[in-house]
Amino acid sequence: MLQTAPPHAKRHHSGLIGDQPAPPAQDIARLKKTKRDQAIHPGWLVAPASLWLIVFLVVPLIGIVVFSFWTPIRGGMTPDFTLINFGNFFRQEGFFDPEHRNFLKLSIFLTTLWTTFRFTITVMAVCLIIGYPIAFFLAMQVKNFKWQLALFLVAMVPFWTSYLIRAVAWLPMLGRRGLFNKMLMNLGIIDKPSSFFLYSEFGYTMALAQLYVVLCIGPIFFSLAKIDKNILEAARDMGASNFQVFREIILPLSLPGVAIGMIFLFVMLMGEFATAVVVYGGKTSTTGTVILNYYATANYPFAAVNAIMLMLAMMIGVFFILRVVDIRKEL
Amino acid sequence: MARWTRRRTKALAVKTGFSIYYVLFIVFIFGPMIAMFALSFQGRRGGTSFPMRGFSTYWWEKLLEPSSIGDLQGALARSLILALVVMVITALFSTMLAMAFRRKFRGSNLLFYTIMLGLMVPGVLLSLGLATLMRQIGIPPAWWSSGLGVHVVWTLPFGFLVMMAVFNRFDSSLEEAARDMGAGEWTVFREITLPLILPGIVAAGLFGFTLSYDEFARTTLLSGEYNTLPLDINASMTQRIRPTLFALGTASTIFSFCLIGLFIVVYTILYRRSR
Repeated sequence: MLQTAPPHAKRHHSGLIGDQPAPPAQDIARLKKTKRDQAIHPGWLVAPASLWLIVFLVVPLIGIVVFSFWTPIRGGMTPDFTLINFGNFFRQEGFFDPEHRNFLKLSIFLTTLWTTFRFTITVMAVCLIIGYPIAFFLAMQVKNFKWQLALFLVAMVPFWTSYLIRAVAWLPMLGRRGLFNKMLMNLGIIDKPSSFFLYSEFGYTMALAQLYVVLCIGPIFFSLAKIDKNILEAARDMGASNFQVFREIILPLSLPGVAIGMIFLFVMLMGEFATAVVVYGGKTSTTGTVILNYYATANYPFAAVNAIMLMLAMMIGVFFILRVVDIRKEL
Repeated sequence: MARWTRRRTKALAVKTGFSIYYVLFIVFIFGPMIAMFALSFQGRRGGTSFPMRGFSTYWWEKLLEPSSIGDLQGALARSLILALVVMVITALFSTMLAMAFRRKFRGSNLLFYTIMLGLMVPGVLLSLGLATLMRQIGIPPAWWSSGLGVHVVWTLPFGFLVMMAVFNRFDSSLEEAARDMGAGEWTVFREITLPLILPGIVAAGLFGFTLSYDEFARTTLLSGEYNTLPLDINASMTQRIRPTLFALGTASTIFSFCLIGLFIVVYTILYRRSR
């Protein structure tokens, strides 16, 4: 019975027999007041989650900032203010010493951060190139809703499986005796196994792209699916070619989804450390592995400094992505 | 007329091209997994790459033996318990939060961004921060305390976004009507709101379950002396890699598939009923 209440019931309208007298203002005020009193105060609803987030998210992050200024001692740290950790991050032995061969050579930690960033950007680009057409196909080409949902879910399945296991699954593919080498040899493209695949930049980038590409398909798909098909129809009726429709309408309207997907990929890839070990054989280190290594050697302040630098790099990256697209305006 | 058909053929060609691309994409994302499935049935003397040397369930049997890869059964049990608890907390918190967010309140913006921060902070940072903090205070980390804490931080944004989407499409006039008929707040919630948002709550909870079950980065430094399953898998990777690992991966992936299937079934039933 309740379902029959029309959604526009609240709107005040003149009745069939002319204007009805408006109910007395003080009555309305009283009614509203009692209703608000009855409802649970939002404070009670948000308090448990807020407390949880403060304890397990906000305080640990503040902790990283604080600990980065502490002095490392054997097997721990003491709360004495120092900037030496930050100095160590940037400075390398012999840096700015004209006599030394390390003159003007950036510290290993800064280079690691740069490598991490470079891989991140490459993988983001690869993911976008692979993922956008998939999202476009699902949102624009598949007309039947059930098929659309089914194909989308199939593409998203890896998101709900273990990321670590998917990294492990790359091992038989890559490597000197891996599937890729076998296939290329069978096809006659190469005549002896190439070490191009495992523990190589190419293998690493491809594995990362495969692991993370689903993360950007979702947001792009949703922003594409939201586009009003009538606009596209109108543009075509006015004589726009398919490419024009894409460039002038579809692409700009899908940018918020692209931005969200890219931010997601960016933060995930910057913090990446496990794949580097599995697929890249620990040949390169990411800032993530550096952090864990310094934690393992109990140099907590220096791990914290690396963490702060990672956070700063991420903030800058997200800031630039947001400069391209103002997500808040688009939502 | 001729132009019309040409346009149609072109559209069909484009669609076919995209379909082929989609199939290739599916091969790309599932191919390595399928190779892993196949290799888990590697013969006794086979290695971790092709060719298959016979077919056996040897590596699967090894998986069931105790102490082949750490404390596997224990790790699995811990992961499942943790995922269940995370599921309940995620469902509860995200429902409460989304209900609060139906109206503007003081600090709602700040809270919104804090929730989203959980999505943005890399697991390794959160792990480092909390682990160092706990060390300094002198509380040993454990999977059921600090592990649980960071898992919920990670799953909450997903559940919260699901519930926000649910409430965005929610028709408040139904609640209004019930209130006008004299129902109290609690009755309104139980009789009207809850049945309508139940599919969303289930979705939020299952997000929590799968994300927690697979979570690795956030637990790295925080699980204490007992490992969760992903940590165990990671530990076994640092040793010599054997097909047992592939069997384990296959088993875990099949479990995830079952979960997804279960989720789709439950969600469809609830969604139909809420209509």
